[in-house]
Amino acid sequence: MSDKKRPLLDELKKGPWPSFVKEMEKQAGNKMTEEAIDLLERSYEDKMCHWKHGGIVGVRGYGGGVIGRYCDIPEEFPNVQEFHTMRVNQPSGWFYTSDALRNLADIWEKHGSGLTNMHGATGDAVLLGTTTDHLQPCFDELAENGWDLGGSGSDLRTPSCCVGPARCNNACFDTLHLCHNLTNEYQDELHRPMWPYKFKIKISGCANDCVSSIARADLSIIGTWRDSIRIDAEAVKEYAASGMDIQGLVVDKCPTKACAFDKEKAEFTVDDENCVRCMHCINKMPKALRIGKDCGATILIGGKATIVQSAFLSWVIVPFMKLNKEDGYAELKDLLERIWEWWDENAKVRERIGELIYRKGMRTFLKEVGLEPKAQMVHHPRANPYFFWWPDELVQKEEGDEK
Amino acid sequence: MVAKGRTDIGPPHYEEMLPQIIKDNYGKWKYFERIKPGVLKHVSETGDELYTVRAGSPRLLSITSLREFADIADKYCNGHLRFTSRHNVEFLVDDPEKVEPLIAELEERGWPVGGTGNCLNNIIHTQGWIHCHSAATDASGPVKAVMDELFDYFKTDDLPAKLKISMACCLNMCGAVHCSDIAFVGIHRTIPKIDDEGVAKNCEIPNVIAACPTGAIRPNPKAKSVSVNEEKCMYCGNCYTVCPSMKIIDPENDGLAIFVGGKVSNARSGPSFSRLAIPWVPNNPPRWDELVSAIKNLVEIWVKNAKKGERYGEWIERIGWEKFFEIAELPFTDKHIDDFIFSVPTFRTTTNFKYTK
Ligand code: SF4
Ligand code: SF4
Ligand code: SF4
Ligand code: SF4
Repeated sequence: MSDKKRPLLDELKKGPWPSFVKEMEKQAGNKMTEEAIDLLERSYEDKMCHWKHGGIVGVRGYGGGVIGRYCDIPEEFPNVQEFHTMRVNQPSGWFYTSDALRNLADIWEKHGSGLTNMHGATGDAVLLGTTTDHLQPCFDELAENGWDLGGSGSDLRTPSCCVGPARCNNACFDTLHLCHNLTNEYQDELHRPMWPYKFKIKISGCANDCVSSIARADLSIIGTWRDSIRIDAEAVKEYAASGMDIQGLVVDKCPTKACAFDKEKAEFTVDDENCVRCMHCINKMPKALRIGKDCGATILIGGKATIVQSAFLSWVIVPFMKLNKEDGYAELKDLLERIWEWWDENAKVRERIGELIYRKGMRTFLKEVGLEPKAQMVHHPRANPYFFWWPDELVQKEEGDEK
Repeated sequence: MVAKGRTDIGPPHYEEMLPQIIKDNYGKWKYFERIKPGVLKHVSETGDELYTVRAGSPRLLSITSLREFADIADKYCNGHLRFTSRHNVEFLVDDPEKVEPLIAELEERGWPVGGTGNCLNNIIHTQGWIHCHSAATDASGPVKAVMDELFDYFKTDDLPAKLKISMACCLNMCGAVHCSDIAFVGIHRTIPKIDDEGVAKNCEIPNVIAACPTGAIRPNPKAKSVSVNEEKCMYCGNCYTVCPSMKIIDPENDGLAIFVGGKVSNARSGPSFSRLAIPWVPNNPPRWDELVSAIKNLVEIWVKNAKKGERYGEWIERIGWEKFFEIAELPFTDKHIDDFIFSVPTFRTTTNFKYTK
């Protein structure tokens, strides 16, 4: 340990929640890591970070997956002059064997600070802090052991998905399989930034949306069904017998008043036509209610955080798509590729797909990617009369008709 | 294209990572129960039962701890584990006898078990001063301070509903905090300081101008640089992201804003954005006292006033935002009224409102 005192960070070793300072100190045998802690103490003193933009770094053949980071006071902190991050593409659903985890740890002990984020915001396992010299050897060793890098910069970012059928009774399709399949299909898009900006895909098996795809992904894939909620009448009776307030906690909170409970018969019914598959009743009575059998996903587009034009939640563009494992999700991929093509051709630098659609108009987007307008796409139709017509929708006049 | 080594192999296949009980019951899970805070029991159509034990982590993890998790997984879970999107680690147990010893060992080693159902979940957050160059505040520190204060809520599941708190250290909002029950985000309050020489040398001026959401940046041809219109700049920092010579960090004025009432799930009401509750608390390391007490208050008023089953935003929708400010004893200021591009639909266009003291 360095003889430098770190009184500010020491304050964050106290308290019941696991301490990131203690985590850093566990790797303080590494000179770089030790100095990273000292630099953080300096940030706590100065109330500002001490990193700066720097030259782009990477590994051979890839344009993304590595984030270059340089200290802005390298004279004082020479060992963290370079402190780059590598994003390692996580296995679908963030499942690991203990050996896989140890393998990552061993590689990172050899080539970096020994600090990680499990996981980063996009979903990758983040290896935090190494030098330019170590990037290629670290990548080579990762690759030899079956790991690959995730996305960064203006490329497809690492897709991620909820735990899905691996451990959830609500999964309307195989989220892990789809995530793995898309990630592998689009390796080129993931590793070689060539787009106007980033593009994120997140996959949730149902409308509970455990990976926040509607808020955090340019393309949100959210599981749903188009037949009926399955009801186990006996299990409903058990909930009722246990004293659960089914009327108050379930029925009264249904957003479309689509379910009903007959207290005398202890019978729960769903008006499927009017059910919007919000998941609420299923969440409350998981033993009695299950998702339907004719399952697929709703596809939404445009979700993003605030920068630049405000935050957007993704918009419905395909109310229901049957996600077909057998043909390798051809319909989804076909749509995705048409969207990318239109976006790539039309977007300005650093313009997300949602912002482009906002700028160009949804009608243009739908036409260009070949989607039919549907009432499911809007909360309500427009209130103003400022709409456009396509030429083929108008009465065509003969040349010379006009005076 | 590639000289040596393998590229484009993609991530390891998830099937290699799954424990046998999951392979056997993949897609066959019938229902689940919440046994107690931090413990879920999933029951399959085959009759198999899987117990999940969830422990909180600080997201920033050493390889020492990863190895520790691996050892614990070997001891109790046949060598399998997973992580959640909110930085928790989950141990997957097929033998109910092992659940309590596993919990005891995790707690003993300092990994608190909790965060399921109507508990406070882990705070999803970003890099902060440990790694990012555009951070207006640290991330790990404020999160640690808040989680210490709210620790009991992580371990008790009798909150009115789920409580998801998120944190981002600048407006890029890597963690997409904009749809959380409570979100705190690092903000700037002063305009960027332009280093003309640096801009001329290192930055693409058209890109810098285009980066500004309010059109506040003008070319300054004399200096081969740009200038910022003070009246239009709302300190988003986007110009700094594309041009390092537009330094926006200002330690004394930077701080955190707190938003409330958003959610992502479609259950009951649709997903919604978090809305501004507190425009600024100071950036006050090491333990961000003002931030911590503000968030504590926000949690406590919800716990006290919400009905069973009401997420933060659902509670506010029921009582009305004007009442929320009254109950929270928070001043309502001009900062709370939107003046960005989608502002108009947020203005009240009805005479239906409640009076407040
Ligand atoms: S999004 Fe739905 S299917 Fe996926 S883990 Fe959450 S509840 Fe289960
Ligand atoms: S899923 Fe939602 S909309 Fe459908 S019946 Fe249940 S609570 Fe109502
Ligand atoms: S939120 Fe901003 S400061 Fe924080 S990690 Fe993301 S880009 Fe960096
Ligand atoms: S901080 Fe934001 S608003 Fe201000 S000049 Fe830069 S880009 Fe424009």
